[in-house]
Amino acid sequence: MTSETITPARTGFSPAEYFTCLSGIVWREALRFLHQRERFISALVRPLVWLFIFAAGFRQVLGLSIIPPYETYILYEVYIAPGLMAMIQLFNGMQSSLSMVYDREMGNMRTLLVSPLPRWFLLSCKLLAGTAVSLLQVYAFLLIAWFWDIAPPPSGYLTVLPALVLSGLMLGALGMLISSGIKQLENFAGVMNFVIFPMFFASSALYPLWRILESSPLLYYVCQFNPFTHAVELIRFALYGQISWIALAVVGGCTVAFMVGAILAYDPSRGLIRRGPAGGET
Amino acid sequence: MTATDAPSAGQDMRDIPSRPETAPMPALSVDGVSHAYGARRALIDVGFSVAPASFTALLGLNGAGKSTLFSLVTRLFGIQHGHIGIFGHDIARSPGEALRLLGVVFQPRTLDLDLSVTQNLLYHAALHGIGRREARARSQEVLARIGLADRAASKVRDLSGGQMRRLEIARALLHRPRLLLLDEATVGLDVKARADILSHVRQLVAEQGIGVLWATHLFDEIGASDDLVVLHQGRVLAKGKVAHVIADAGGSDINTAFMRLTGSAGQDGGQAS
Repeated sequence: MTSETITPARTGFSPAEYFTCLSGIVWREALRFLHQRERFISALVRPLVWLFIFAAGFRQVLGLSIIPPYETYILYEVYIAPGLMAMIQLFNGMQSSLSMVYDREMGNMRTLLVSPLPRWFLLSCKLLAGTAVSLLQVYAFLLIAWFWDIAPPPSGYLTVLPALVLSGLMLGALGMLISSGIKQLENFAGVMNFVIFPMFFASSALYPLWRILESSPLLYYVCQFNPFTHAVELIRFALYGQISWIALAVVGGCTVAFMVGAILAYDPSRGLIRRGPAGGET
Repeated sequence: MTATDAPSAGQDMRDIPSRPETAPMPALSVDGVSHAYGARRALIDVGFSVAPASFTALLGLNGAGKSTLFSLVTRLFGIQHGHIGIFGHDIARSPGEALRLLGVVFQPRTLDLDLSVTQNLLYHAALHGIGRREARARSQEVLARIGLADRAASKVRDLSGGQMRRLEIARALLHRPRLLLLDEATVGLDVKARADILSHVRQLVAEQGIGVLWATHLFDEIGASDDLVVLHQGRVLAKGKVAHVIADAGGSDINTAFMRLTGSAGQDGGQAS
C-alpha cells in the first residue's frame, strides 16, 4: 500500500501543494524553536562546556600526531570541534524525536498525520525541518568557536554545509525511527543513556581511532561500526574542503536505511503506533 | 495488507461496493470493520453509514471502541478487517482523496499552545496544501464565524476551553471538508460551552450540508431527529433514526433504550462539570 500512497497520480497533489506543506512544516518548527529559547541555549552551552573545559583539561593528556585531514599539529580543541558539531546534531535529532513522542501523546502528531498528503512526505518534511534547526545551532557554535581559535579555512564553512545536512538527516531519521518504537515519554531517558552516550563515546569524536586501537582492538571495531563515527569524520573532512568517501557512503546508506525504517514504522498498516490507542481511550 | 486482498488493478476507483438501499453516496461508510489490540478485540464487525448533511450520533460508553473507530477512519491505525470509505474513496487505497474530504476534532486537544490562533490555522492550511494568501483569507473568515476574530493574535494557551474547542472545529473546517468527525468534543466544557458547540455543529449540518459523526457518551446531546449508532463493547447494537432505535428497543427514551440494549446504565451528562 505504500507504493499506492506515493503515486501522485492517484492522490492528485500539485507540486505547489507539496511545497506549501513543506514550508508550513519548516515554518512551524522554526516558530517552536524561537519560542523555546532555553532549548537553543542549552544546545549551545553543551558543546561549549566540552570545548572550554573538557578540551582544555585534556589538551595536556592526549598527544595527537598529524592525521588527515590536518596538515600540521593541531590543538585538541581543534580536533574535537567536528565531534562537538556532530554532537549538537545528535542531541537535536534525539530531541526532535522526543518532541514527536510528546506530540503523539498530546495528540499534535495527529494533526500532522491526518494531512491528506502522503505520509512519507510528511515525515520527510519533519526531518528536513529538524535538520534545518540543527544547522542553525551548529553555525552558532562555529561562530563562538572561532573566537576560541578554532578557525578552519573560510571556505570550510561552506563545504561543511552539505556534510552537515547529510549527518543531520541521518541522526534525525535515527531519532524518528526510535520515536516510533517508544510508547511513552518516560522511556525516553533510557534512550538517552542507551543511544546518545554510547554513540558519542564509542566514536572518533573525542579521540582518534588509532589511539583506541592501541588500547582496545574490540572497541576500535565497535567505533568503526558506529555510524556516528562516520558522521564525525564526514564533517571533519568537509570542514577542510575534503571528502571522506567511506564516511559519505556509510552516512548516506544509514540515512536511507533509517528513513525507510521510520516511514515503515509510521505506516498505519504495519506501524508500531497501531499497537495502542494514542488518546488513552479505546 | 488491505490493498493486497482485492487485486482489482485498473478498475474503477470506487472500491466500496455500491449498496442499493443507499442511493446517494454516503459521506462515511463503515463496512465489516474489526480491530484488535493483540488478543483484545476493540471492534467487532462494525458497520454503519453517515449520510451527507446529516447529524449522526455515535453513542457509546468509555471503552466502547469509539476512539479506535476514529483512529481507523483518520488512518492513524491501519484497517485490519473491513472497509471504510469517505464519499466512495477507500481510506486504505486512496487515503489522499479520502482525507481531503474529512475534517476531524480529536478528543485530546491538538493545538500548539505556544503559537497564536492564526499560526495554528495557517499550519493546518499548509498541511492541506492551501497557499498562504488563501489560508489567511480563510482563517479570518472562520475566526469571524466563531467569534474569535479579536483573538487572532493571542496565544492559544490564553484561550478558554470552549474557545479552544471552537477553534479546533474552525480549523477542521479550514480545508472545506464534507464530512466532520468529532470525538467527545464537549468533554471538560461547562454547560453553556457544551450547548454552544453542539448548536454550532448542528448549524454546520443545516447550513453547509456537512455530514457529521458526533461521538459521545452523553444522552442529552442527541436530538430526536438525529441518526444514531449505538456502539457497545466493540459491537453495533442498534442504528437508525433515534425514534426507530427507541421503538425497536422498546424503551421510552434514549436512556431506557440504551439500558435495554446494553443491559447497563449509561451516563446522563446533564450535570457534567
